[in-house]
Order: sequence, then C-alpha cells, then structure tokens
Amino acid sequence: MTLRESGARIARLGGVVTAVALLGVAAVYLRALKYTPVEATQGAAQKIFYIHVPAAWAGLMAFVVTGLLSILYLWLKDRRIDLAAAASAEVGVAFSFVILTTGPIWGKPIWGTWWTWDARLTSTLFLFLLFVGYIVLRGVLTDPGMRGRFSAVIGIMGMILVPFIHLTVYMFRTLHPAPIVLKPSRPSLPDDMLTTLMMSVAVFSVLYVGFLMLRYALGLLHEAHEEELADAS
Amino acid sequence: MGATLRAAWHIAVKDIAIEWRTKTAFASGLVFAVLVLAVLFFSRDPTAVSAQDIAPGALWVTFTFAAMLGLNRAFLIERELKALDGILLTPAPPAAIFWGKFGANLAFVGAIEAISLPLFVLFYDVPIWLRFGELVLVIAMATIAFVAVGTLLSAMAVRTRYAELMLPLLLLPFLVPPLVGGVQLTARLLEGRPLSDLAGWLKLIGAFDVAFVTAAALLFQVVLDE
Repeated sequence: MTLRESGARIARLGGVVTAVALLGVAAVYLRALKYTPVEATQGAAQKIFYIHVPAAWAGLMAFVVTGLLSILYLWLKDRRIDLAAAASAEVGVAFSFVILTTGPIWGKPIWGTWWTWDARLTSTLFLFLLFVGYIVLRGVLTDPGMRGRFSAVIGIMGMILVPFIHLTVYMFRTLHPAPIVLKPSRPSLPDDMLTTLMMSVAVFSVLYVGFLMLRYALGLLHEAHEEELADAS
Repeated sequence: MGATLRAAWHIAVKDIAIEWRTKTAFASGLVFAVLVLAVLFFSRDPTAVSAQDIAPGALWVTFTFAAMLGLNRAFLIERELKALDGILLTPAPPAAIFWGKFGANLAFVGAIEAISLPLFVLFYDVPIWLRFGELVLVIAMATIAFVAVGTLLSAMAVRTRYAELMLPLLLLPFLVPPLVGGVQLTARLLEGRPLSDLAGWLKLIGAFDVAFVTAAALLFQVVLDE
C-alpha cells in the first residue's frame, strides 16, 4: 500500500472515530448538565470539571505517547513513528489549551482569581510551552531524518522533565484541589458525578484517538505529497 | 575511557583557546550580565520592595540569560566553515565531543558567574559572605544543570535556521527546576537559615543534575548522527 493510500484509509477511519467521540462529548455534556446533581458548595461552576479533568487526562496521555514513540523512533528509525509522535504532540497541545482555558474559567468564581502559580497549573503551562517548542522545532527543520531525531530528543527529555517541574512547583506552594478520584482510598465523589466523570474520560480518550488518527493521516498524506513532488522534479 | 577523556580535554582546551584569543563572547556576555543586574535593580517600587528582596531572583535571572548567551556560542563556532564535520572526522568518539563542549561551556558560564557575583554584592548590598561555601555549591550545582541541558539543546538549535531564537525557546522550560531551586536556596542562604531548610531543594537540584547529565550525554550521540 502506498503512503497516500494508507493515509487516506487512516483519515477515513479517524474521521469515523472522531465523529463517534464528538457524539459522545455531546451526550456527556447532556448528562453532566441535566442528569448529574449540582455540587453543593460550588454550584454550576463545578460542571466544567467534566471537561477539564478528562481534557487533562487526554493531554497527559498524548504527551506520554509522544515520549514513548520518541524512544521507539530512535530504536527503529521508522519515519511513520516520528509522524505519529508529532501528531500526538500536536493533539496534546490542543488538549492542554483546553485545560489552560477551562481551568481559569472555573478558578475565577471558586478561587477568586483567574490564575494562580499552583503546582498543577504551572506544570501544565510549562508542558504546554515545551511542546509548543517541539512543534516550532519541527517547523524549522527541513531534513526529515534530522527532524525525527531532534524532536525525539525533545520528546524524551520532556518526559524526564515533567516530574521535576511538578516537584519544583509543588515545593514552591500549592492551592489546587487535592486528588479526589485517583487516591488510595475510595474516590470521594458521589456515584452520579463519578459515573459522569468516567464517561467523560472515556469519551475524551476516544476523541484523542480520533484526533491522533486524523493528524497522523495528514502527516502521511503530506509525506506522500512531498515524495510525489520530489519524483516529479 | 582514558582516550575519550583525553579527546574531550583537547576539545575543551580548543574552545577555550578560541575564546581566549578574541574574548568577544566573554566580554559581551559579561557586559550583558552587568546590564541585566542593573536593569533588574529598577524593576521594583523602591518605597515598597527593598533591593535585597529581589536580589536572589535578579542573580538567577542574570545567570540564566548569561548562560544562554554562552551556550549559543558553543556550537555557532563549529558551524562556521563546517568545523563540526572536521571534529567528526577525527577518531574522537561522540561522547568526547559532548564532554569537551560541556567542559568548555562550564568554564565559560562559570567565569561569567564568578565575575558577576562580586558585582551583584556591590549593586544589591547582600551579605553573601555569611554562607559563602554553600552559595558556591548551589551555584555550581545549578550551573551544571544549565550547561548539561544547554550543551545538548544548543547542538540541535544551531543546526536550525533560527538558532538564536530556538535555543531559549527549547531551553527555558528545562531551566525551571534549577532556576527556582537556585532562587529559593539563595534567598535562604542570604537570610542565614539553617541547613535543614536547604535539604529539599538541594536534593531536587542534585537529582536534576544526575538525571539530565546522564540523559544529555546519552542523547548527544543521536543529535550528531548523520
């Protein structure tokens, strides 16, 4: 199968997955707004939690996938792995943007401030900036081999950096709500809310896969186009 | 191992010799550091915030900027006349190039820091003599962190069209832990706080040094591959 054919096939499949995920997002919104109880102290503002947390989950997953694919690329040197790593990084940046916008919208009524230098906000911001750097670096490199190797280096270094940044800002000071779902004891969330959250996490995971497939297919088609241009000249 | 170290030593000496002949980068790095220290002095309301309060931050921002200038230079000199290809043609292993560059950068950044530190005392009137040994240790640890990541990233940035722009963009996120740690530790040392107050941040920078010196040394090979 040529690059163009496999690109087109993955694009079609990715389109279907994304469409299903977007329907899921609509269903989750409906459930969150209409069928999930309003939180006692935070009121309606808490509803954003059903987008914010799943987006954070998808964003983090995207960056971990980029890091792992980077290692795999250095090992196998397959250009498609590099394209997939880059696709995941871009999708991760998009989800990070959702985290960084929904966070302040919630923060204003609840914390009384749009932004605070809390551990998780700051970590997300720096991770976002790091991967923006990753994308910019890819943009200024023209040689595909060099682009693959250099971005793999940033992907791996980024993965090592994440715990350090988190620890740094945590030691600086923190204000963020303590974990309420992923903690040793039982999640301290009413069942209704937990179900909505889990559904939203599942839907956002599918959305991530759909976006990843579409972006990867675009990368493949771009490659195919470049190759055709090179052959023609 | 012995051969690698010897080759690394030759590369470091070569870089320092090139710099020593002109001293252009060193002189401009130093003037830049003085300028940053002076400008930051005015970045406050003197009736509300004393110079001592912003001193640790000013010191570390200055060090960060000065380090970035020095690191940019490290591979720019190799780009002219394709000098790096010349080094790659010699039997020196890639690891030797990394350690040689690392050593030369450490010397360059360390020298700028050594001269800006007395100026910092002069401008900000801070009692660094109180805990001088510990302060030097903190500066050394953070500088190793800056230079390890910077050596790797500048080898990449210099191969792009926008080297001067790419290095800060890629490097700054990585400098956050050592920079924040450096500021926190300096502030505590200037206040004469006990050693137990320093342990957490010292461990963080120490772990950062170990992790990133190792990672940078291993990944450097990947950057050089043609």
